[in-house]
Amino acid sequence: MNNQTRISKSQLAEQFRVFIDPDFVITDDETLKPYECDGLAMYREMPMLVVLPETVEQVQRVMRICHEQGVPVVARGAGTGLCAGAMPHKEGVVLSLAKFNRILNIDPVGRTARLQPGVRNLAISEEAAQYGLYYGPDPSSQIACTIGGNVAENSGGVHCLKYGLTVHNILSVEMITAEGDRVQVGSDGLDSCGMDLLALLTGSEGLLGVVTEVKVKLLPKPEVAQVIMAGFDSIEKAGDSVGGVISHGIIPGGLEMMDGHAIVAADDFCGAGYPRDAKALLLCEVDGTEEEVHEHIAEAEALFRKLGATSIRTSQSEDERALLWKGRKSAFPAVGRISPDYYCMDGTIPRRYLAKVLLEMEKMSEEFGLRVANVFHAGDGNLHPLILFDANTPGEFERTEEFGSKILELCVEVGGCITGEHGVGVEKIRQMAVQFNDEELQQFHDVKAAFDPTGILNPGKGVPTLKFCQEYRSIEHKQHKHGEADAAHG
Amino acid sequence: MADQIQAIQEQVFQARRNGQKLNIVGGGSKSFMGRQADSEAGILSMAEHTGVVEYHPVELVLTVRAGTSLKEIEAVLAEQGQCLHFEPPRFGEASTIGGTLACNLSGPARPWTGSVRDQVLGIRLLNGKGEHLRFGGQVMKNVAGYDVSRLQAGAMGTLGVMTEISLKVMPKPAATATLVQEMAVDEVVEYMNRRAGEPKPITGACWVDGKVYLRLAGAKSAVEATAEKWSGDVMAQGDAFWQKVQDMQHGFFADPEVPLWRFSLDATAKTPELDGPWMIDWIGSQRWYRGDASLSDLEPLARAAGGQVSLFRGGDRTADVMHSQPEALKAIQRRVKHSFDPDGIFNPGRLYSWL
Repeated sequence: MNNQTRISKSQLAEQFRVFIDPDFVITDDETLKPYECDGLAMYREMPMLVVLPETVEQVQRVMRICHEQGVPVVARGAGTGLCAGAMPHKEGVVLSLAKFNRILNIDPVGRTARLQPGVRNLAISEEAAQYGLYYGPDPSSQIACTIGGNVAENSGGVHCLKYGLTVHNILSVEMITAEGDRVQVGSDGLDSCGMDLLALLTGSEGLLGVVTEVKVKLLPKPEVAQVIMAGFDSIEKAGDSVGGVISHGIIPGGLEMMDGHAIVAADDFCGAGYPRDAKALLLCEVDGTEEEVHEHIAEAEALFRKLGATSIRTSQSEDERALLWKGRKSAFPAVGRISPDYYCMDGTIPRRYLAKVLLEMEKMSEEFGLRVANVFHAGDGNLHPLILFDANTPGEFERTEEFGSKILELCVEVGGCITGEHGVGVEKIRQMAVQFNDEELQQFHDVKAAFDPTGILNPGKGVPTLKFCQEYRSIEHKQHKHGEADAAHG
Repeated sequence: MADQIQAIQEQVFQARRNGQKLNIVGGGSKSFMGRQADSEAGILSMAEHTGVVEYHPVELVLTVRAGTSLKEIEAVLAEQGQCLHFEPPRFGEASTIGGTLACNLSGPARPWTGSVRDQVLGIRLLNGKGEHLRFGGQVMKNVAGYDVSRLQAGAMGTLGVMTEISLKVMPKPAATATLVQEMAVDEVVEYMNRRAGEPKPITGACWVDGKVYLRLAGAKSAVEATAEKWSGDVMAQGDAFWQKVQDMQHGFFADPEVPLWRFSLDATAKTPELDGPWMIDWIGSQRWYRGDASLSDLEPLARAAGGQVSLFRGGDRTADVMHSQPEALKAIQRRVKHSFDPDGIFNPGRLYSWL
């Protein structure tokens, strides 16, 4: 950021109150407080002020003023993100899009929905259900998270292997640029001319623009879905079974794995009837037409048996299917019950290294003296190790972070990445230096500058400064000075 | 199979030193696309930079050098019962994966399987400074850093030289069947969309010469049951029809003298009224039109139908051939180009006259 004298908080608020309902230009600490963090509450910062505009024109005016004055802007949806990507900037504005919560249109024949960015993910499928349609990506926060936030993070969920991520399921966005211009990126067609800016924007964590409208594709709801639960006495066998199903030519709608710790915690939590002595559990959901599901379920069951499953149970009703999934879906709160706090990591690895990575993690768990439970989007290699800790024990969170960062480095080492779906934000900005070299990071900075020449959009997130990386790579984790490196340490 | 990266990188350095421009050429099969290549520029050939770098069928991931031909890739995948399920058009045997991604070309299955851009997991890219960079990776989910890999789709090589591409691949469907019946153009768009809205194993919906073709693909029992249920005759040579559509070898595309326009539209939009034949593919999202027209005349029609138009083949290729861009997006794209290629070395003017 430049060093010009910034506009004061009261001056800025006054300017906003000219065109935004004064009740929704928030400046007092008490009302600002809920905005100090997103879903990753370990990272907190109080914003200078929060605005909740109601129209796109108001968003444009906010951006123009902030651009002129060099004031940082952090766009915010429901604040469910898990990487502190929506953590405020202390000298900046939080631009809440909470009031943009209308479904503008559903086209049941063309299978699309036009949405304001604050529409909740689950609300899309609920509204589309009357036409036999639904929206594919289903992050576990879907009851609360918004489509605008999904675009910012390129959110996934449990059905990505077959139905893709956010980037595969949107047609266009309307965006306000850093300079306050209103542009449409993408179209109502499946693609647009020229370089794919829509893909670039998806997952850009609010660093390139503010999304004010999203058009998504809807899918016909499958006729049937059935889930196989298979227990294994080793992680290796479960891992091989994942590869076995896929290379057999079956692409499951969902394919999830849990380790022994997660199985027991989840079963205690909701009595899903999981095999408590198993070392690994697979949930393999097949969806499609009745004939297809019938055929593929039989083949998958036979495969699992051949590959050493110690128990197999296939859902025979919708209730049973829901029960089997309930354990997986409540794995996080279940783990929350056996530990005061937990920290969820999000690395992705090539599946063939699953056993190696989980074994290494066990070793690290002993070294750090911290338990770890694993739930895993096995179909697409996305790991969610949950490190169990107690924030009230001095030094334990720091140790947890250290453990987490070692896990992410391990993911990169085997050819994976530091984040599959939660984003970099502030949280993983240090590990960016492990996955990318200085030239690559500089290219990211240059791309950012192409959209946001003065650097007002969510500064300090997503991409670390090169200076910071050199310090991190030299493993000297010392106090940092000012600016972005500061934010990087939270 | 060979790694030519050093020679390619040296050529970029040299061009930069000498203030020279470079046209990136793979198999040269898509030279008819985009604007006419800059005749003053040198040629940077990717044709020798070929070969499979890594292939893990169990992971559904393939990594290849960008100059590898689609033909070679498809042969390697077929041995494992897998395929490029976005069905890239093959303009002869020379078409490469790099060119396919640069031009963002996908075939009839695209509305269901996604496009080539959708399957890209990562790339290596030489930027205009000659830096060899790696973006994305070999895993399905990766949100670290901006999605520079997919940004290349449609950029026609204006942002750098892709040297390596990692892609998601898929199993070949176990069975296919094609249903054909006569239908008028003003009924077909609604019909195709209604069919696509049913939870059935459909992977193709195309209308040409007064007939609508629907392709079913997937588990044998599901394909058979749906073919039984839906109207239309089962075609004996169904797969051959789709291959012709995929490779643009269908009779519709035959006359090279008449300009070929590509409309990317709202799937349900009414087909614009113009003199000349149409082919409607992708459930209505991609519509081909043959006829003499000007981009400025067609753009309002495309816009009214929710989409964009480009001159795909033939016509005046010294003028702009892509749907025009609003000023704010032009400014951003110029700066994006500059961020990758500050000296404007790669494919000058190939995508837009102003880039």
